[in-house]
Parts: sequence; structure tokens; C-alpha cells
Amino acid sequence: MSAPGHEPTPTTSVLRETASVLRETASEPTPKQLVVLSGKGGTGKTSVVAALATLAPAEVLADCDVDAADLHLVLEPELIHREAFMSGKEARIIPDRCSACGDCADHCRFDAIRLTVDGHGRTVYAIEPIACEGCGLCVRVCTSGAVEMSDAERGEWFISDTRHGPLVHARLNIGGENSGRLVTLVRERAASLAQETGAALVLVDGPPGIGCPVIASVTGADLVLAVTEPTVSGAHDLERAAELVQGFGLTLAVCINKADLNPDMAGRIREVCAARGLPVVGELSYDTAVVKAQVEGKSIVEHGGSPVADQIRDMWKILQDRLEKTEE
Amino acid sequence: MKIAIASGKGGTGKTTLSVNLATALAYEQSVGLLDCDVEEPNCHLYLKPRFDSTEPVSTLVPVVDQDACTGCSLCARACEFHALLALPGPPLLLPELCHACGVCAYVCPEEAMSESEREIGMVGSGMVGGVYFRWGRLNIGEARSTPVIQSVKDLRTAPPLDTVIIDAPPGVACPAVEALRDADFAVLVTEPTPFGLHDLVLAVQTARQMSIPCGVVINRVGIGDERVDDYCAAENVPVLLRIPDDRRIAEACSRGEIFAAGDASFTSTLRALASDLRTRTHERVTT
Amino acid sequence: MKIAITAAGPDLSSAVDQRFGRGRHLLVVDLPERTVQTIDNQAGRNAAQGAGIQAAQSVIDSGATVLISGHCGPKAFRALKAGGIEVYLTSGGRVDEVLNQFEEGTLDLASAADVDGHW
Repeated sequence: MSAPGHEPTPTTSVLRETASVLRETASEPTPKQLVVLSGKGGTGKTSVVAALATLAPAEVLADCDVDAADLHLVLEPELIHREAFMSGKEARIIPDRCSACGDCADHCRFDAIRLTVDGHGRTVYAIEPIACEGCGLCVRVCTSGAVEMSDAERGEWFISDTRHGPLVHARLNIGGENSGRLVTLVRERAASLAQETGAALVLVDGPPGIGCPVIASVTGADLVLAVTEPTVSGAHDLERAAELVQGFGLTLAVCINKADLNPDMAGRIREVCAARGLPVVGELSYDTAVVKAQVEGKSIVEHGGSPVADQIRDMWKILQDRLEKTEE
Repeated sequence: MKIAIASGKGGTGKTTLSVNLATALAYEQSVGLLDCDVEEPNCHLYLKPRFDSTEPVSTLVPVVDQDACTGCSLCARACEFHALLALPGPPLLLPELCHACGVCAYVCPEEAMSESEREIGMVGSGMVGGVYFRWGRLNIGEARSTPVIQSVKDLRTAPPLDTVIIDAPPGVACPAVEALRDADFAVLVTEPTPFGLHDLVLAVQTARQMSIPCGVVINRVGIGDERVDDYCAAENVPVLLRIPDDRRIAEACSRGEIFAAGDASFTSTLRALASDLRTRTHERVTT
Repeated sequence: MKIAITAAGPDLSSAVDQRFGRGRHLLVVDLPERTVQTIDNQAGRNAAQGAGIQAAQSVIDSGATVLISGHCGPKAFRALKAGGIEVYLTSGGRVDEVLNQFEEGTLDLASAADVDGHW
């Protein structure tokens, strides 16, 4: 990666110039947002996103799996911009002022304050950063003025250049509250970038689960693609993800990855989809070539030599078609 | 002995290892299995518990006594999470943003703020297949899993257990950290691929930051390369077990079957793993 | 009367910012004189969960009785209604043009949030 800094690379400068020319001469359609989810982790979501990124003509990529971001590993990114992600506050006890009365620990709802020994061998209280939620109750409770609050850095976000377009990604600090704010920030930057560069699509690699980060990944999406697998876990987690996405009134389509692993379960998933009115837009074979591509730092479409590449091409045609049909 | 089974990356085989390990040990000792992936719990799909003993899990939300409230808005200004809106009269609460920290009740000069419960999920428990099993589920749309995970880990009503296995959620954010807290050892399950390695590094950092000793289980050996092995060697992280890529295991899992229940060789492999862990931890869980 | 309006810039010739809560500037305009006060919404943009709430709080505190924006999420909408504020939606344009439309009565009065939260 190139050194971090605020100067845009030549590529980005050219893109921005092109974008402003385009803006002056034409009305700009809003870029479409395609969000890829899984519900269950490990179904092949990021591999599918990398393949779609290869096929889509002009896009901005957003890796919203900020807890464990992997998309950049197959994109050879060149870092353009990095910025700290500040969110909320955190508390710290100043050992010299602590009288070890324990009132703070008694009041703390998050079990974040525990006894420890300071540098001089005195027994004092200390706040575990990983557990502190920054509510400030300890500051108010302390009668010795020993607790101070400061803005908390909870991670970092980045903009990088890749061979498939700009990538907005992030890293959440360990133990961080994954409230979705960092995800929202990544999506906003990606959307602005798409508007500036005239890209037609924002392609989002979403997080697993059904929590806040997932909600933040999908709101406002034109189309959500759930990548699942023909297993009991896959079916179970797909239902929960579908309930979430459809509950928001969003359009959901499904891709069954490793479909030939268990034809019966694949059939069951098709039934689940039919019952919920979800189109199955792709069925991909179980092929170790997908991992080989990952090891080589490429998408399966770039790696070639696998039926999965063609299956994803077919799926992309259907997705493009559906995206075009969504309203502005 | 309290073992957390975690990973950075999803889909590496945490739940597979958790249910198989619990099953393998249940024949010779008292085992507890705690499914702490409350957003997408999967252990019950394999164990298929028949009990219906479930309880709601609630979090606390502030309640304003409209008569005692003077509209001073100190509570709203003190809330770090913007869950209270200052209005000319009593404040408006936005419960989804509330972290149940207690600051608002603490600062209220009129004692007009009390707290009541709001349901956010459920927890279930019982014996199944010789295993004491606890699991939880966060309601869809809820923001915070921590209270549900804490309920799952609450062993006050559990029988005495030799080994407790915690199936943690993927990732290294708040829910995973909550699941890992107070474990004696973290078994990190990964796969020998670039994604697996990248997320394993995060998981090792997390375990170290929490002062929890850790070891690695490499699942599906053969599909990728040796970079995970190289990393573990360089970082002095013990590789406890290497499970070869075996389509039979994948197919059994896809059907919701516990492979160890029908395979003696896999069962003894897992028992050996447990002995190894016991040596490393020298601990026994008592309730 | 005081009107709050989200804007991309600090004055009446700026474009209206379509997103309440994440908009760059919050202008409070006294009608009919059209004197402008700006509330910096940087804190709202970078706020933890609840950006819309912080913006709603700013609107309530400013004494405005009307908010004009492009989109408003459910939490913010609820907050604004609780504060007795009427929400009008616009499809865009300059602040002064949109204020003209408001005075002419051609803006849509919102009866509910028009987008999902978190965005």
C-alpha cells in the first residue's frame, strides 16, 4: 500500500475531474445500491462480492463488515485516505486521585471497574476500556474527582483505490460497540464517492448476523442479495435475515452457494424462498477453485476455469436487470 | 474448565466444534454448552432440544413520573446516547438508543426517573443428549446483544459442571468479547485461507488483550495454503488440532447431524483435545 | 416565525441538504425578515447513534416551529413531533427558493417519516 495521506492518487484526481465534467453536462442519476448479506457467516458472501465487483462496469465498493473486513484481501488496494473513527466517550480513573472508596464500581452497570494495584503498590480502581460504554456515571459518582472522560477512538476508516474501483473500508477496534455508526459512515462516503465519480453502482459487502451493523448496511438499499448455503444453519439464518430485510420493506433476492453440497437442503431453501416470495437468482456449485482464487488474491471470475464463474455471470445479468427496474 | 470457542471469521466451524466436543465429552463427564451467538444461534439445530423452558430477557428503560417531572431536562443533557429528548415538559425516551446506564435516574433532582423492563430476547435451558444446554436469541431489530449473552452465561441455576463450552459469535466486537469474558481458554477456529488468517490475527489480538490464553484449531486443512500454520509458529500460538477437509463432515453438518455421535475416531480426537485443554488450564468449574 | 432548514452551505443561496440529521448545516431563518442563524451540525454528523435525535434537539432548542428537509427518518420524526414541530419535505433547490415555496404553501407537510432510520 502507498503511504497514508490526504493527497489523492492520480487515478482519483482524474476520476474527480471526469465527474465534474459529467455533472456539468448531464443530469446525474443516483447510483444504485446493491447490498450483499449472509445471515450466517462463511457462506461465501465476500467471494461473491469480489466476483460481482469484477463484472460490474463502474462501481464504488463498500466493505461494511467492519468487525472482520476481508474484501480488501482480494483487491490489492492502494490506500488514499485514512481517518480515525471517533464515537462516544470513554472514562479513565487517575490513580493518584483515587481514594479506593469503590462507589464507581458499585454504580457501574457494565462491570467495567475493577480493583487493581497502581505503580506505587496502592490499591485503586481502574476502568477496563473494553467494557466501558462511556456513560459517565462514574464521573458523577466520584467524590474525589478521580475520573475523567475523553472522546473515544473506536476504529479507523479508509478510502483505497483498487483495480475494480474505489473501496471504502474500515476497521473497528477490538471489543468495540458495533452500533452501525461506522457502517453508516462507510456507506455515506461510498455513496458520495459514487456521486462524484459518476459510478452507477455502490456494491456493499455486508456483515453477518441481524444486528445493528446489518441494519445500517441495508437501509436505503435498492436490492439486497442474501448468499446462503444448503445447510440447516444456512436455512435458519436466512429466515432471520429475510425477516429483518423484508421488515424494512426492502427487496431481497437469494443466492444458494455450494448448492450441490446437499440437494435436499437446497430444495428446502427454495421452498423457504418461495414461501416468502424471494427470487432465487443464482445457484453456485461447491468448488475448491473459489478458495484457490482467494489464495491468489483474485476473484473467482478473474481466476476462471470454474463453472462457478459462469454461474455468477448469469446471476449478475439477473441482478443488473432487477437493479435497472428499481425506482429512483 | 471454561472454554470459549471463537473465531474472527464466520463459518469456520465454531458451532460444529462446540456441539461435537460437548457430545464427545458428555459420555464421561458433566458438560455444559452455552450458545452465545444470540443473533444467529445454531447449536439447537444440532442438539434438537425438546424442552420448552424459555424465559424472556429484558433490559431496563427509564420511566418518567410525569407528575414529579419539572421539565428541567438535566436527564436529557446528561444522556451520552441521545436517548432522551429535552422538551418543554417531560422528556421523550427513545428506548432503542438507551444503554440502561442509569445516569438519567442518578441526575434527576426530583426523583422523577425510575426504571422498568423492556423485553429484548429470550433464553432457554435444559438437558439434552447428556449435555446441559443454554441458548439465547436476540429479537430482530434490537441493538444490544450483551444482556442476552449475559443471561446465557449465567450458571446460577446450572448443575455442577466439569467443563463449560461457550460457542461465541463471530468477529471481535462487543458480543464476541462479552462471550469470551472470564473464559479460561479461547479455542480459535480458523480455515487455512487468506480470509481465515486475516480474521484469526484479530481474534488472537482480542484474546491477548483480554489476557485469555488461546490456541488454534485449523479446520478444512487442504483447501488453502500454509500461511495460518506459519503465523501460528511465528506468534507462538499453539495449533491444537488440524481437521482435514472432509466432505462427509460438511454433509453431516448440512443435515444438522452431530458427526461425533456416529464416528468413534472423531470422538476420541475431540476427547484428546479436551485433555490437552485441561492440562493447559488446570481449572474446574464449580457453580 | 422561525423555520429550521437543512443546508449544504451557511446562507440563503445554499442548496438544501436532503438528509436531516446528517446534513452539513442547520439554518434557522426568521420569517418574514429572513435573518439567518446557523447551527453547526458537525456534532450531529459525527455523533454516535442518534444523529437525527441530536439534530431534532437542536431544532427544538432553537425555537423553530417548522423543519424543512429532504428526508426524515422515523426516530427524528418522532422526536420532532414530540417537540411540536411541523415537518415539510422538499425535493431540493436553493434555501431561498424553498422558503418561497413554503410561504406560497406548495411544500408537502409530512405526516410520517419517509425513509428508514440509520441512513
